[in-house]
Amino acid sequence: MNFKKKHFERRHLIELFIKTIMRIALIIVASSLGLILWTILSRGLPSLTWDMVTQIPKGGYYMGKEGGILNAIIGSIYLASGGTLIAIILSLPIALYLQAYAQDSKWGDYVRLSLDVLWGIPSIVYGAFGFALMISLGLRASLLAGIIALALVELPIMTRAMDEVIRRMPKDLEHAALALGSTKFEVALRVVTRQMLPGIITGILLAFGRGIGDAASVLFTAGYTDRIPTSLMNPTASLPLAVFFQLGSPYPEVRERGYAAALILTIIVLLVSFGSRWLASRLNKYTVK
Amino acid sequence: MDAHIQVKNLNAYYGKQLALKNINIEIPKNQITVIMGPSGCGKTTLLKTFNRFFELTENTQLTGEVLVDGENIYNKDVDVTEVRKVVGLLAQRPSPLPMSIYDNVAYGMRIHHLRKNREEYKTGVKHYLEIAGLWDEVCKRLSEPATSLSIGQQQRLCLARGLAVEPEIILGDEPTSALDPISSQNIESRLLELKKQYTTVIVTHTLRQAKRLADYVIFMYLGELIEAGPAKEVFSNPKHERTKQYLEGLF
Repeated sequence: MNFKKKHFERRHLIELFIKTIMRIALIIVASSLGLILWTILSRGLPSLTWDMVTQIPKGGYYMGKEGGILNAIIGSIYLASGGTLIAIILSLPIALYLQAYAQDSKWGDYVRLSLDVLWGIPSIVYGAFGFALMISLGLRASLLAGIIALALVELPIMTRAMDEVIRRMPKDLEHAALALGSTKFEVALRVVTRQMLPGIITGILLAFGRGIGDAASVLFTAGYTDRIPTSLMNPTASLPLAVFFQLGSPYPEVRERGYAAALILTIIVLLVSFGSRWLASRLNKYTVK
Repeated sequence: MDAHIQVKNLNAYYGKQLALKNINIEIPKNQITVIMGPSGCGKTTLLKTFNRFFELTENTQLTGEVLVDGENIYNKDVDVTEVRKVVGLLAQRPSPLPMSIYDNVAYGMRIHHLRKNREEYKTGVKHYLEIAGLWDEVCKRLSEPATSLSIGQQQRLCLARGLAVEPEIILGDEPTSALDPISSQNIESRLLELKKQYTTVIVTHTLRQAKRLADYVIFMYLGELIEAGPAKEVFSNPKHERTKQYLEGLF
């Protein structure tokens, strides 16, 4: 026998070709990510001062003078947390309902389809919708309106992410709970959420990341102000808009601060990611593999 | 004979395929009934109709009656969770719930509100783990995940978990087929101990196990009930030709 690999045989060449394409794609993606991080770091880090994260803009800030963007940092945290909270309150029941009562039904498929359509809608449309809603309710641009618009943006992402996770619930486990006389609701609440908690947290995180980074939906609804909001009815600044406004400035110092704002936004997203990963791994203890 | 489960004119379909053909049988109280037969004969299907698990498979249909304590569990106004509380199931492979050893046993008591306070739950959990012969092995690690147990221990945990719901009937769907010989023996001796208080129905494909456990035997073939009767009679003197062939190991 001759086991020596024939490198120029057709099927080996095909494998080599495909493998090369995969590697190139991987390199392109990895290097773009690296490039993004490099740009933000190299341009943002020099102008990232303690004042940036502890002060609100003072007179002349937008011309390169003193102050910081604490208003936007706090505003974004408020907006994204509020939006995520509302989205969780609505998403989890929908995802559990789909699992428990509409698993493979036509109705469930329609719900999933409409969520997918909602997912695909650009966030500026949610912003416009939120704006119209706001006007008709007689509200002005406010933290509350921004939170509602972000909740709308996050809802389909979160629900579908949770749904995909929950769908992978092992049937045996579900049956074990049913055999003990559980109702479907008890199975969903006591068994599915526990088993799938790490995945559910990932879904929440995905939506939070999208929410905190979204500029278009809060543009009309939350407005922009130099003050830190003290009530739900105050308008509020946000980090994506802080990036946007500062990058559009004619002053180079202000443009550099735009990159610093982007860096802050990235750090917040990373912190939240690692935090919830850590939480998920702690809660992972009892899941059945 | 005091019948605990009565099956009347039961037909079960998967899609259009008839899986159980006009089954009529009475299952005696506080004895071990073993359903045996070659694979695909419908023994598991029959078992699944006793706790209404058959309907969990999509596109199935059922006609006829299954009476537990004289009440048809397929009546429209029957609460399926109450049926499954009375008719417990020990599955083929143990599937512990994603929680601690303690919570696995407490789960059923909690959903059915069987205990009043923490202390009562503690004694309850201990009691059922003792019955399942697992207490000594797990008493120091009750808060550990149930999945940290060996497969054999997990199956005994599932037994304890099932008993904690206070059923009257225990169904076993080849409950030892995934276990090693020693664990199997352990489960078998538990079942023999428990038969005084519980009506037990076991599906098995091993003839030896049937002989060790059975007080009453049901033999099925191709969806039909061929023969049923007290174990001694069926094993020593089968009336039907098919049963005789099966017992002789011809198929």
